[in-house]
Amino acid sequence: MNAMTRPLPAKSPDEGTPIVRVEGVAMRYASGVTALDGIDLDFPRGKLTTLLGPSGCGKTTLLKIIAGLIRPTAGSVQVEGRPVTGPGPERALVFQDFALLPWATVLRNVAFGLELRGTPKAEREAIAEKYIREVGLSGFENQYPNQLSGGMRQRAGLARALTVNSDILMMDEPFSAVDEQMRRKLQEDLLSLLQVEQKTVIFVTHSIEEAVYLSDRIVLLSRRPSRVSAIRDPGIPHDGPPDQIRRDQRYLDTVDEIWDTLKQYLQ
Amino acid sequence: MTPRSLLDRVPSGLSLVVWAAVWELIGRFGGVDLIPPMSSIAVKAVEIVQTDSFLEALAVTAQAFGIGMALAIVVGIPLGVAMGVWRPAEKLLNVWVNIFISAPLTALVPALMPLLGIGQTTVIATVFLFAVWVLVIDTQAGIRHVGSSLVDMARLFGGTRTQIFFKVLLPGALPEILTGLRLAVVRGVKGVVIGQIIIALLGFGELFELYLQNFLMEEFWALVFVVFALAFVLVEAVGVVERRFDFYAGSR
Repeated sequence: MNAMTRPLPAKSPDEGTPIVRVEGVAMRYASGVTALDGIDLDFPRGKLTTLLGPSGCGKTTLLKIIAGLIRPTAGSVQVEGRPVTGPGPERALVFQDFALLPWATVLRNVAFGLELRGTPKAEREAIAEKYIREVGLSGFENQYPNQLSGGMRQRAGLARALTVNSDILMMDEPFSAVDEQMRRKLQEDLLSLLQVEQKTVIFVTHSIEEAVYLSDRIVLLSRRPSRVSAIRDPGIPHDGPPDQIRRDQRYLDTVDEIWDTLKQYLQ
Repeated sequence: MTPRSLLDRVPSGLSLVVWAAVWELIGRFGGVDLIPPMSSIAVKAVEIVQTDSFLEALAVTAQAFGIGMALAIVVGIPLGVAMGVWRPAEKLLNVWVNIFISAPLTALVPALMPLLGIGQTTVIATVFLFAVWVLVIDTQAGIRHVGSSLVDMARLFGGTRTQIFFKVLLPGALPEILTGLRLAVVRGVKGVVIGQIIIALLGFGELFELYLQNFLMEEFWALVFVVFALAFVLVEAVGVVERRFDFYAGSR
């Protein structure tokens, strides 16, 4: 392939200090199932890193461990050099099932992260309004989640994650519950948004195309018990128009190459 | 108009009208003393509801029902919440709740009398016993149904335990709590009337006893239908409130 393709060792020393460092993280359940088996990973600052792997490989578990929602049975996670013991204000998460309060309007849902932090109502609603505009939900502030399409619900979920102004934005298969066309639109909009918002993104998906389209770096996880099987940097610039990426030769090559790697796990 | 669309237009109250007409015919021509004509029962019902004895009975009943239900709510909802959020509470109490929700509680009322006296306290206790369990179970189920991702979301954004409880768990469980409340009202109404009838000295129980002893069937049936109607209206009123929160459930 090309020089962007790197062999196995998980740690790569570019981009200065990593913002998130995962060391020897393992997750064994009481049932005897081992979801994660000694994961070592660095997440470079300001980049979009994708965790990609077959269904049930534990990528969501890894994300929740980084989020501080689950404690690993071994190993540790450090954010900005500090060990993670629980959720923290520097990490926000976009949920696969949106996790919107069904009894609250879009406005309250988007402002809910700030509400939990005790931000005064007027202030948090002003901030929420800004991000509602940014994700393209203007005019829907007073609708309830069940009045919105899946794509719009996830826009609200994304806006909520942005309001708290975290450096790290984690996204757990955020677009898997919306239809194909909407997914493409959301992916393009996410890239445009990330040109404005300086974030380190940790993105979980099982879609190779989505991973290659969005990512600065792709971490391939093996089947359960999950290990890092390879890391790829597609090397596609993300500052151009989003619709150019799918025509880039590097995009097509990387998709093929990752498919070749992942195929072996689908027996 | 097709027969089909004709059927669609049948008003939902029609079967009631047919039933009343059949009753009327049996009452007039059936020669059964137990069943007076519906029309005279209706006239009697209007008479009865204006009597002092009815109004007194209604007041006594409403008091017992109100206090019993209030106790059931004050005890049942917190108990259900505790069982929903705290496994040990569930393990300890689940068996009791399940025994009592299926038990024929009517059998307990005579046992309550020597403990609480032959009076209002026993009726209140009966209402409470009838109503509380379904409230516990539905509240618990409601708390459980709140998606774990909503709780994860609240934790992730730094929510404290108290915040998660009041801003996520409790509002999330509200539809089930309201369903539990409606079912509790249904059971509480049964409880208050059963309690009064077993004691036979109080409220509607006293009136039923009086009418039956003297074979006043018009009065007896009139009171039966009035009590049925009161119970129906009460449950429907709670149902209206419950349906207002339907949009909750739609998006879960």
